[in-house]
Amino acid sequence: MKNLVLGNEALAQGAIDAGISGVYAYPGTPSTEITEYIQKSKTAKSLGIHSTWSVNEKTAMEAALGMSYTGKRAMVVMKHVGLNVASDVFMNMAVSGINGGLVVVVADDPSMHSSQNEQDSRFYGKFAQIPILEPSNQQEAYNMMHYAFDLSEELQLPILLRMVTRLSHSRSGVTFKERRMQNGMQLPVDTKRFALIPAFAREQYETLVNKKSLLVDSSEVSKFNKLELKDPSIGVICSGIAYNYVMENIGEDNDYSILKISQYPMPKDQIKALYDYCKMVLIIEEGYPFIEEILHDYFEENPKIIGKLSGDLPFTGELTPNIVGKALGLTRHIDEGIPSIVSGRPPQLCDGCGHTDMFNAINELIPEIGDKNVFGDIGCYALGALPPLNSINTLIDMGASITMAKGAADAGMEGAIAIIGDSTFTHSGMTGLLDAVYENTPITVIISDNSAVAMTGAQDSSALGRIKSICLGIGVDPEHLKMVVPLRKNHKEIVNILREELNYKGVSVIIAQRACVRLSSDKKEEIRQKIALIN
Amino acid sequence: MNINIILSGVGGQGILTIAAVLDTAALSENLNIKQSEVHGMSQRGGAVQSHVRISDSEIYSDLIPEGKADMILSVEPMELLRYIPYLKKDGWLVTDSKSFENILDYPKRDALYKQIKTYKNHIIINATSEAKKIGNSKAANMILLGAASTLLPLSKESLTEAIKKLFARKSEKIVKLNLEAFEKGIERAQNYTEFVYCD
Repeated sequence: MKNLVLGNEALAQGAIDAGISGVYAYPGTPSTEITEYIQKSKTAKSLGIHSTWSVNEKTAMEAALGMSYTGKRAMVVMKHVGLNVASDVFMNMAVSGINGGLVVVVADDPSMHSSQNEQDSRFYGKFAQIPILEPSNQQEAYNMMHYAFDLSEELQLPILLRMVTRLSHSRSGVTFKERRMQNGMQLPVDTKRFALIPAFAREQYETLVNKKSLLVDSSEVSKFNKLELKDPSIGVICSGIAYNYVMENIGEDNDYSILKISQYPMPKDQIKALYDYCKMVLIIEEGYPFIEEILHDYFEENPKIIGKLSGDLPFTGELTPNIVGKALGLTRHIDEGIPSIVSGRPPQLCDGCGHTDMFNAINELIPEIGDKNVFGDIGCYALGALPPLNSINTLIDMGASITMAKGAADAGMEGAIAIIGDSTFTHSGMTGLLDAVYENTPITVIISDNSAVAMTGAQDSSALGRIKSICLGIGVDPEHLKMVVPLRKNHKEIVNILREELNYKGVSVIIAQRACVRLSSDKKEEIRQKIALIN
Repeated sequence: MNINIILSGVGGQGILTIAAVLDTAALSENLNIKQSEVHGMSQRGGAVQSHVRISDSEIYSDLIPEGKADMILSVEPMELLRYIPYLKKDGWLVTDSKSFENILDYPKRDALYKQIKTYKNHIIINATSEAKKIGNSKAANMILLGAASTLLPLSKESLTEAIKKLFARKSEKIVKLNLEAFEKGIERAQNYTEFVYCD
């Protein structure tokens, strides 16, 4: 019988069966379940596969590269914006190359279901000049893992595997293959290529650039790319999940000329064949017009190429079967809309959440400090930007609350507040706090510590039990490091402390500690014991 | 055979349990499945939905096209209506009458039921209060699934086996409760009388 798994779980099982020795990741929707699946897998446990969460995507990717350096296979997993954090190592490990197979899985979030942008990770793959794989369904996601590790070891390059929300979070029946052994420890023959001082880096970069034709050749013969030439009136190029939407509309018995792309760099010969054969070429891809732009480069802004740039498909938001049907000229207009009686139901903080108590305290002081002084961050507490709270004014990227508050204070803002969660703080907030401490910038940082990475499903936070000592270690004045318990009954006390610290002309940190309400009582007890052990 | 079902509700209400039973039953009948779900921010008290597609031939899209759903099965009446654009002409609406009101502008309930009744094929059941009578309001989703099952081509046996399998790791008592709820739903659908709202 087939195994019913999410796209993410198919990838995870694929990685286990492809012989990884470790997965490194920081949670982020829509990528989280990949690592969680390996953490829960008995097989992975018995094989000693590393799967503990990393502090952020950069540390994760570096650790994965370290594992690859020893000759073993490693996978690193993140959401699209996580790749921005890891981009330094990402770009450079393309130059150094890898030793044991290394696959970078990045889950994009078109339509921004749980994200602040819809950046398309394929551009990163092109930027780094490495192969990109883009599965169209769950079985392909599973199959691609074996292939990705083989390709990585053959080319001695990291491979980027791009997922999108709808595939990550959709279940289907998947057939698993036999599991293969992990690699043994085999250190690189020559370590010089990993030491990117300019002299070595130039040599390595030359090597990378010279692999370009190998990469294109691999795409031309890839079993995941498929060209079928039938009716010449219109040719369709579709990639990844877009292929499914095309097939949903035209069915198996169709006359269309189709090029399915699931491996990049683009298979130039196949594209040329389709282009020459067809009168029009329609490009359907999830994300930015990545293929479309490259085609315009190949064929010089030719009007026979249509897609997102020509306005035949919407530029923003994810594709749907209906949008694709419309572009193919097949979908009739659906006139039934959502009945007007239906109200919007945006997400909100859970009943009894500690973040709410902190926002209530902040909101009480807003008449005194002004309503534009609160800098927010990424996590459940981002919901503080919505009614009824309306507390936070900004939300840009992991850690930006502290550094933006600092910049505003540098500019003369009085009473700048940063609010950041425990895991986001250790992910990217600590370094910014050091900036503020170094200059004793007058900001008040609230670390709303719920002892979990709550938004993504309450994963363990590396920050657990360490926030206070980290702040002291960074050099926060102990006089201005306050601990509060965010509960309604402590409201007055919290407001008073917050007011006092806002009046202090230097760095203050208020740690508001209460475990996430979604954690079970067993989990809360486990957290209490861990904190006691650390302190 | 093709079935497209939209499951809807509010994050945390447990629509994925219904999806899991449908998936497991379909898999045991050797059918193909695609079932998309919502993870992440919306799970915090926001609107959530799951697209369940079951077929004896290959299924391509993970999402149901608009106008192609055979049924919308909802654990909350307003959330039912949010997915009307997906409903096929003459498709079925099955919902709990119990509202989940975590927003200020929640519509008037009588107007909501009235709107649902404008669609010919609907089943509105007070599943939550029925489930409470059986022993646990959480079993409301199995009452709704039971009612829906009378309109679906999946066999009763494979659905009840799926319920047994999925709840087995909880306890024998919970298995029994959910099977009872499922039966209750079948009974309610078979002897359906129009839902009457009393304040």
